[in-house]
Order: sequence, then structure tokens, then C-alpha cells
Amino acid sequence: MSDRTRASIPANSTSAPTAQSSAPLSGRQPVLELRNVTKRFGPLTVLDGIDLSVAQGEVVVLVGPSGCGKSTLLRCTVGLEQIDGGEVLLDGEVVSGRERTQQDRSRMGMVFQSYDLFPNMSVIDNVTLAPTIVRGQSQKDAREKAKALLARVGLADRADARPSTLSGGQQQRVAICRALAMEPEVLLLDEVTAALDPEMVHEVLQVVLELADDGLTMLIVTHEMSFAQAIADRVVMLDAGHIVEEGGPEFFTNPKTERAKAFLRTFEFHRSGRDS
Amino acid sequence: MDWGLVHAYTPLFVTALRVTLMVSAGGVAAALVVGLLVAIVRLWHVPVLDQLSIAYVEVARNTPSLVQLFFLYFGLPKLGILLSQETCAIVCLAFLGGGYMAEAFRAALVAVPPIQHESAQVLGLTRRQAMRHVVLPQAMAQATPALVANVVFLVKESSVVSGIALADLMYVAKDIIGQSYDTVEALFLLVVAYAIILLPISAVGSAIERRFAYGR
Amino acid sequence: MGAEFLLQGATIKRLLVGLGVTLRISLVSVALSIPFGVLMGVLFTRKNRMLQVVLRAYLNFIRVMPQLVLLYVVFFGSATTLGLNFSGEVASIIVFTLWGAAELGDLVRAALESIPRSQYDSSYVLGLTQRQTFLRVILPQALSRLLPPSVNLVTRIVKTTSLCMLIGVVEVVRVGQQIIDYYRFDYPQGALWTYATLALLYFCICWPLSMLSKWLEGRNTR
Repeated sequence: MSDRTRASIPANSTSAPTAQSSAPLSGRQPVLELRNVTKRFGPLTVLDGIDLSVAQGEVVVLVGPSGCGKSTLLRCTVGLEQIDGGEVLLDGEVVSGRERTQQDRSRMGMVFQSYDLFPNMSVIDNVTLAPTIVRGQSQKDAREKAKALLARVGLADRADARPSTLSGGQQQRVAICRALAMEPEVLLLDEVTAALDPEMVHEVLQVVLELADDGLTMLIVTHEMSFAQAIADRVVMLDAGHIVEEGGPEFFTNPKTERAKAFLRTFEFHRSGRDS
Repeated sequence: MDWGLVHAYTPLFVTALRVTLMVSAGGVAAALVVGLLVAIVRLWHVPVLDQLSIAYVEVARNTPSLVQLFFLYFGLPKLGILLSQETCAIVCLAFLGGGYMAEAFRAALVAVPPIQHESAQVLGLTRRQAMRHVVLPQAMAQATPALVANVVFLVKESSVVSGIALADLMYVAKDIIGQSYDTVEALFLLVVAYAIILLPISAVGSAIERRFAYGR
Repeated sequence: MGAEFLLQGATIKRLLVGLGVTLRISLVSVALSIPFGVLMGVLFTRKNRMLQVVLRAYLNFIRVMPQLVLLYVVFFGSATTLGLNFSGEVASIIVFTLWGAAELGDLVRAALESIPRSQYDSSYVLGLTQRQTFLRVILPQALSRLLPPSVNLVTRIVKTTSLCMLIGVVEVVRVGQQIIDYYRFDYPQGALWTYATLALLYFCICWPLSMLSKWLEGRNTR
């Protein structure tokens, strides 16, 4: 997969949306699969029978209005929330509906909106913690790998810094390294730029784009529409706990449903009397 | 426990309760005034007074109330300053409490964002007007939980005044234990009396703190 | 000046012995408060309703009772009701441990609760076990938040040990009174200087602790 680049996004996904099948890129084995996933908070059904699969090397972007269940979907996928119905499969194996083992959990990576680095550890210790104590790697190996990861996101010189001395964008890049250090089969990104100052958004998204180019499987929730358009192999729009539309990146230029059109209009600005 | 004795001793404790309340109320009121003045002096960095305030707060907070009380009652007369037991008790609580109240006020005053001072300034208010109308009201809300905690603390500390033979709750209990050995009854009444004073104050304090936590 | 008696070898020695008793009571109480306090704090964060009620009641009782009342209850009350005759010093240590453990327990609870939920989430998605999460991620952070108020608690305990003299413990304030009595006729100004000296002694112990607490706190907020 590593030879795949953004420029060569296969167009086959555009022909895919047959009913709700959410077919992965043709011929590829789904890494992650959600079957009829349902989640309720009290009387409120936040996710209502979601079917979604993500193929090896595929980048799926989840969009939708605030409160539509995007973040909950990610949290259910990694097991931070228990689901009330359906199942979550990783490599064809059901991982939901029971206490997840350490191994299950470390196969999926997740990066949060508020970065959440461990403030009591240096940058590099944040990255090496899980590989050493969960995977049992030696300090030396873990540090070497961590350094390589940090170098890749342009933070090699901050390895021994405290997280609090870093900018938000830098912290978020470290958080991505922390997740990558476990070599996850799929990486989930939950609005990773929502808490950042505008000038830092780009540096983080650039890192994510490079990961996509390297063939990392990702499920991304974002409000950055131009980024979503650039990175997505497939776009899934969620509204009120349902998938209302899915398709290729042309979703952004040529949405099919009214819901999607209305949603995309909220990102446009018009000043009356000026527009033609 | 002999309930007859409890009943018989109750009037003594009611009288003593008044003494404890009187000393505490006086001490708390004076401590609030001292604390607020000190906090403002420190906030405005009034020359000389600022340094004196810092020293005062540190001494008040880092020496035992009992030693402060003994110094006032037994030490000061050697300099010709004779205070009655009641005055001494109240001055002691004011001195001790002033240090704690000052810190509570100061923390709250500092927590008011600078933009509030600046906004008031831009509107043309003087520093004093800004303090009175803009900064202090906000700081008061913020300071309330700490102030209430200090009130509880001061009422508790008032028990040391029994050490200079002022007939408060503690003194009466000590007296009964020493003279008639009705230890259990005296201790029971003592605990009940303090619970009657302090549980409501403490409950009000927690309620304010909870409301405050929700408001944020 | 009338304070020369304070500089005599015998006087200084007696004061230091008294100060030793003060510090012994303080240190033993603090040492005992730590394990009990930590245990209480961890129990506080358990969601067991019954446990919560019991712990809350205990904490609130200890909080509203003057330490002097607690000293009386343990010193005089235990002899009458339980037939246990504690020495003044043992009674003092019991009271300061009961008090210290309650206050420390509440501090531990607050420190544990102040760790954001997201720290647990981040550890979870990395595959850390509950034990690893607690030991490697939560505890180190809780400790740095716990330390400043705990040091303050130690200062409060040191200051409050002065009350032990009121149940007959010969600690530093009581020694001071003995010195005043002894020099009553030769140095009539004795009370003034002695109490000032006592205040200074306490200040020399408590003030550095207060500064340490402030410094630790400043380090946290940076």
C-alpha cells in the first residue's frame, strides 16, 4: 500500500454506494468493520444501527453536524464506550461486547481533540511508555523508534521537553507519534485540530496527510472540509445517529442528499448584495 | 451516661455557648476587616504597608494561636498593655484570622481577570471605584467558600481561649471534668455544643461551594 | 533588656528538649496519617454509597470539632468509657493521626478526582492495564497536586501540637511556662520574651514549610 499517493486515489469508491453496504475498496480485506452498531445514552439513541467498514490502507472521513454521534462512533469503536447492540470487528474478529484485552486495545490507535499527553513525562517518555510496558520492548529499541517518529513529525529536537512547554500543534504531533509507536492497524483521529490555533492546524494535518500517503488505515472525524476533501478515500456523513450519505471525495462538490447539501452550506459565507 | 446530669449541666453550657459565640463573632468580624484591608494593600502594592502586610500574614499563619494568645495576655502587660480576657480573645482571633482572611481575599482578587480592571479603567472609573463596583463584587463571590472555611476554623480556634480562663465551652467542660469527674456528660455536651454551632456553618459552606462549582 | 535568662545554657537546653517533644508528636502523627490518609482517599473515590456516607460523616465530624475537644475526648473520654489510660502524648498522637488521616484523605480524593478523564482514556487506547494506568500515569500527577496542600497540613499539625500542653504534655510551650515561673522574681519581664521566643521557634519550623508548599504549588501551575 505504501506506494499509494493522494494523486492516485482510486475512483472505484464512487461507484460503491450500493444501499448501505459501504463497500470497502474493491478486493481489499476490511481491517475494521462495524455491524449494526447501536449506542444509547439513557433514552437517547446516539448511534442507530451503523454499518461501516474500513479497508486496509483506506482513509475514511466521518463528517456531520455537531452532536451527530461522530465522536461517540470512534469511542465505541475503540471500546471507550460499551455498545448496546451490534458488533465491532478487527481483522474479522469480534472485539466488542466484552472487556477488551490489552492486545485488542493496542491494535487500534486513537488521537483526541485535546491531545492529552501525560504531563508528568517528557515528550519521548510519552511515546515510549506503551511500547515498553504493554509490548515489552526494551527501552533502547523503544527510544530509537520514538526518535524516528518524532523526527518524522519535525520534533526530534524536543524529545526531552515537557509537554507543557510545547505549542498545541506540537503537542498534537507528539500525540500522533504516541499512537503510532504502537503500530496500530487502524488509527482513529477525533477532531485532532479542533482545539488548535488556526496557524497550527496545517502542521498537524500535513502530518496526517503524509501518514495517508504511507498507506496507514485511518478513520477520521474532522471539521476541516478542505483537508477532508484532500485526504478522504471515502466520506461518510452521519446525522442523528444514521449514515445519511457516503461516497468519494466528490461528496464535497456534488452531494446527493439534501441533508448533505444543507450541511456543506454551513461552511460557506455569503454577503448579501455582493454575490452574483 | 447519666441523662439527669446532662440535663443539670445544660444551663452551664448554654451560658458558655454564648461566650464562645460572642468571642467568635467578634473575632470573625475583626478578622474580615483586617483581612480585606491587608489584601487590598497587597494588591495595590502600597509602599511600606505592603512589606509590613507580608510579614504580618506570615507571622499570623506560621505561629500557633495558643502562643499568640499567651503573648497577648501574659506578655503584653509587661509593656504596660493590659487587655481584658474578652478583648484579648477577640484580638487574638482577629490577628490569627486576619492572616487567613487576607490570603482568601487576595487569592480571589488576583483571580479577577486583568481585563476587568482595564475595562473599568477605559470606562473612566477611578481605581477605588473599579475596586468597589467591579473587582470586589466578583472577588467576593470567588472568596466566599474560603471565607466560610476560615469562619469554621476561627470558631474552632476560639476553644484555646479557655487557656486564659475565659469561661467558654471548653473551659466549662474542663471545669466539670476537674471538679466532679462527670467526664462523659461534660464531653457529650461539649461535642454537641460545637456541633450545633459548626455543622450549620459548614453545611452552608459546602452548599455555596457546590453552587459555585456548578456556576463555573 | 531583661531577657538574658533565655540565653543561659540550661534554659536553651530545656527549650530544645520541649521542642523535641513537639516535633516527635508531629512527626509520628504525620507518619501515621500518610498510610491511613491514602487508604481513605482511595476509598473515597470508590462509588460505594455506604462507604461514602461513613467516610463523609467521619470527615465532617473531625472537621467541625476543635482539635482541643478531640484531645479532651480521647484523653479523658477513653479512660472513663473504655478504661484505657493513655498518656498525654499517646492521646495527642491518636488525635493528630485521626485528624491528619481525615484531612489527607480528602486531599488524596481531590487530587485523584482532579486528573482529567481523558488521561484514563488515553491510557486505555494505548493498551495500558488499570494498574499500569494508575501507577504510571495517574499517581505521579496526583502526587504533584497532593504535595503542596499536604505540606501545609504538616504545618497545621505542628502548630496545633501546642494544644497538647492543655492535657498535660510537657512540650515546648509548657516548658516555656515553666521557665517563666522559674524566673518569675529575677526576670519579671520573662513572659514577654519567652512567648516571643516560642513564637519565633514555631515560625522557624512552620515558615519554611509554608514557603516549600508555595514553591511546590508554583511549580505545578507553571
